[in-house]
Amino acid sequence: MNETILLDHGAGGRASHELVQRVFARHFSNPALDSLDDAAVVEAPAGRLAISTDTFVVDPIVFPGGNIGSLAVHGTVNDLCCRGARPLWLTAGFVLEEGLPLALLEEVVAAMAEAASAAGVAIVAGDTKVVGRGQADKVFINTAGVGVIAPGVEIGGHMARPGDAVLVSGSMGDHGVTILAQRAGLGLNAPLVSDSAALHGMAAGLIAACPGLHVLRDPTRGGLATTLNEIAASSGVALELDEGTIPVDAAVNGVCELLGLDPLYLANEGKLIAIVAEDQAPAALEAMRSHAKGGRAAVIGRVLEAPAGRVWLNTAVGGRRLLDMLSGEPLPRIC
Amino acid sequence: MKHADEFRDPQLTRNLARAITAASRKPVRFMELCGTHTMAIARHGLLEMLPPTVELVSGPGCPVCVTATEEIDRAVKLARQPGVVVATFGDLLRVPGSQSSLARERAAGAKVEIVYSPLDALELAKRQTASQVVFLGIGFETTAPTVAAAMAMAKNQGLLNFSVLAAHKLLPPAMEALLTGPSLGLHGFICPGHVTTVIGTAAYEEVVARHGLPCVVAGFEPADILATLLMLVKQAEAGQARVEIQYRRAVSPQGNPQAREMMNQVFQPVDAAWRGLGVIPQSGLEPGPDYRELDARRRFDLEVPPAHDPPACRCGDVLRGLCRPPDCKLFAAVCTPTQPVGPCMVSQEGTCAAWFKYRRA
Repeated sequence: MNETILLDHGAGGRASHELVQRVFARHFSNPALDSLDDAAVVEAPAGRLAISTDTFVVDPIVFPGGNIGSLAVHGTVNDLCCRGARPLWLTAGFVLEEGLPLALLEEVVAAMAEAASAAGVAIVAGDTKVVGRGQADKVFINTAGVGVIAPGVEIGGHMARPGDAVLVSGSMGDHGVTILAQRAGLGLNAPLVSDSAALHGMAAGLIAACPGLHVLRDPTRGGLATTLNEIAASSGVALELDEGTIPVDAAVNGVCELLGLDPLYLANEGKLIAIVAEDQAPAALEAMRSHAKGGRAAVIGRVLEAPAGRVWLNTAVGGRRLLDMLSGEPLPRIC
Repeated sequence: MKHADEFRDPQLTRNLARAITAASRKPVRFMELCGTHTMAIARHGLLEMLPPTVELVSGPGCPVCVTATEEIDRAVKLARQPGVVVATFGDLLRVPGSQSSLARERAAGAKVEIVYSPLDALELAKRQTASQVVFLGIGFETTAPTVAAAMAMAKNQGLLNFSVLAAHKLLPPAMEALLTGPSLGLHGFICPGHVTTVIGTAAYEEVVARHGLPCVVAGFEPADILATLLMLVKQAEAGQARVEIQYRRAVSPQGNPQAREMMNQVFQPVDAAWRGLGVIPQSGLEPGPDYRELDARRRFDLEVPPAHDPPACRCGDVLRGLCRPPDCKLFAAVCTPTQPVGPCMVSQEGTCAAWFKYRRA
C-alpha cells in the first residue's frame, strides 16, 4: 500500500469519512466509539474521577520498543495511575501531515489500539485534522484520559513526608537515550530499547500493598532529577538519594558517557517513582519487583525535612552535591 | 566504559580522600584551569570529600567564558551579514554580547549552524557553495590545532567560501598574567589534561621556576582529580614545587609536536582580550601570513565599538579566582541558566553554571 494522507482526508467529506472507518473505527472499535456520534456516552462510575491530557510529538515516530501510538496510550494511562486512578477511557486527537504514508498511520493506530486493550482502557472519542506538508511533523497525537479513584486512596506529589523512602521501579533514562540514539547522525550501535509501558498493574499492586503510599510519579521529560525536584517543592521537603543505588542500564550509561548526557535527566516512559512510609519500603519494593516491568526496582533514597525543595545526591564516589532540575539542555522531542 | 569505571571505584576514591585528609596540615588553595575539571569536581561532589584545609578555586578554563564581549559582538555582526552562515559550537549560542546573542540573531532569521567540529563547518561550506561559511574558532590549544587543520584543508582544496573568525586563547600567558596580577594566595595548579596533551609541560616548568608553585597535570575522572590533589598536598606540605603528571595515560612532557606544528603553520600569536583578565600580550591566535585569506576579520567588516561587560556581573572576578559565584549579587537571583547575564552561567563548563547546578545552598 503506497497511499498517502492528503488534505482531503481532513476536510470532513467523503475522504475523511473513509479514513475514519477504515483506520480509526476499525482498530479502536468499542460500544462508546462505534456510534461515531458527536460525543461518546459512558456510564459514570461512583467516586472521584482523575482527568489528564497529554500531547505527543516524538521524533522519530517509530523507535525500538514502540511508536508514537503506543507511547500516547502508555503516557496517558501512567499519568492517571500516578493519582491512584484506575484508567477507564481515552480520547485521541490526531494532527496528520499531508504526505504521511497511510501504512505508517495504520501502524501507529494499530499499536495504539493494542496498547489500549492491554491497559484495559477504551478509546471512546477521536478527531483527525490534516495540515499541509511542513506544518506538522508526520503525526502529532493529543490524548485525554479519565480514570476512577477508589475510596480512601490519596496519592499526590505534595504528600511526601520526612522519613519516607524513595523508590524507583527500574533503570533510568532508557526512553530518552533510545530516542536520542535513533536520531540522524548518531549511528550508534548500542542495544537500546525504550521502556514505554503501561504501569496500571504495578500501580494497583503498590496501592494494595502499601496503605502508606504517599507519592507516585512517572519520571518522563526532565527525568528522575526534574521529577524529584518537583516533588520536593510541592511537598515542602528535601530529598536525599544515593547515586550508587539508582539503577541505570550499562548500554544507557555507555551512550550517556559518549554524548555527555546524564541518565538522571533523560525521559522514562515505563517507570514509576514511589515515595512510601519508611516501614513500608520492603512491601513497596516487593510489589514493584513482582511486576514484569519492575525487576530492577530499588530503594534509592529518603525524604528529609529541610531545606525544602532541594534534592541532594550522595555521589557514587563518596561525595555529595545538589541534583538540580533540568535547565536548558538541547534535547530533542522525546515524547 | 570499563575504563572510566576504574577511576570511579568508590573504594579507590574514598581511600584517596582519606589519604588527602591524613596528609594535609596547612591550609592550601589550588586552582583548576580547565572547565571540564570544574564540572567533574562539582558533578561528583568531590569538595565534600576534602578536608577543610584544602580549598579549590576555578580559573579561566572555560573557553566560552573567557571569550571577550567584543568577540561575541563581532560574531553577531557577522551573523547579520546577508549570505553568511555562522558555524559555531553550541555553547557559544546563548552567550550575551553587548546587545544581542547568536541565539537571538538566529531567531531573527540569521543563519547560525551548530557544529561539533571545524571539519563539519568545512563540509557545510562544500554543500552550501552560494553562502559564505564562517567558523567561530574559540578554545585553547586543544581545539586550535583542529581548526588549523580545517583551514589547511580549505586552502589546499581552494574552498573560497570558508573562513574562520579566530578567538583562540593560549593558556601559558594567562597563567603568567594571573600570577603577576593581584595575589590569589595560590599554592598550586591543577593543570588541564587535554591542553597538556598538546603543549606538554614546558610552560609549567616556567611557572615552577618563576613563582615556586606546584603544577600537577590531571585527568578528568574522580580518582584522577583526587590523586592530583594528593600530589599537590604532598608537595605543599613538603615545601616543594615541581611539575608532576598524574594523567600519564594520555600526557607526555613533550606534548604533541605535530599538533603544535600544525597550529604554528596556520596561526601566529597575537595580543588578545580575555573577559575578566583584560588584554594579555601574545595570548591569542590570528591566521598567519599564509592564511590571511581565510581570516574572517579581513574578509568582512567586523569592526565593533568597545564593549562593556554587564554591570554588576562578576564573571571577570570569578574567572580570576578572585570571588566565588555566590559572592556575586546577581548569582541565582537575576542570573540563572535560563536567563544568564554573564558567560560563566551560560557555558556548561562555566563556574557559575556548575555552582548553580550542583552547589546552590
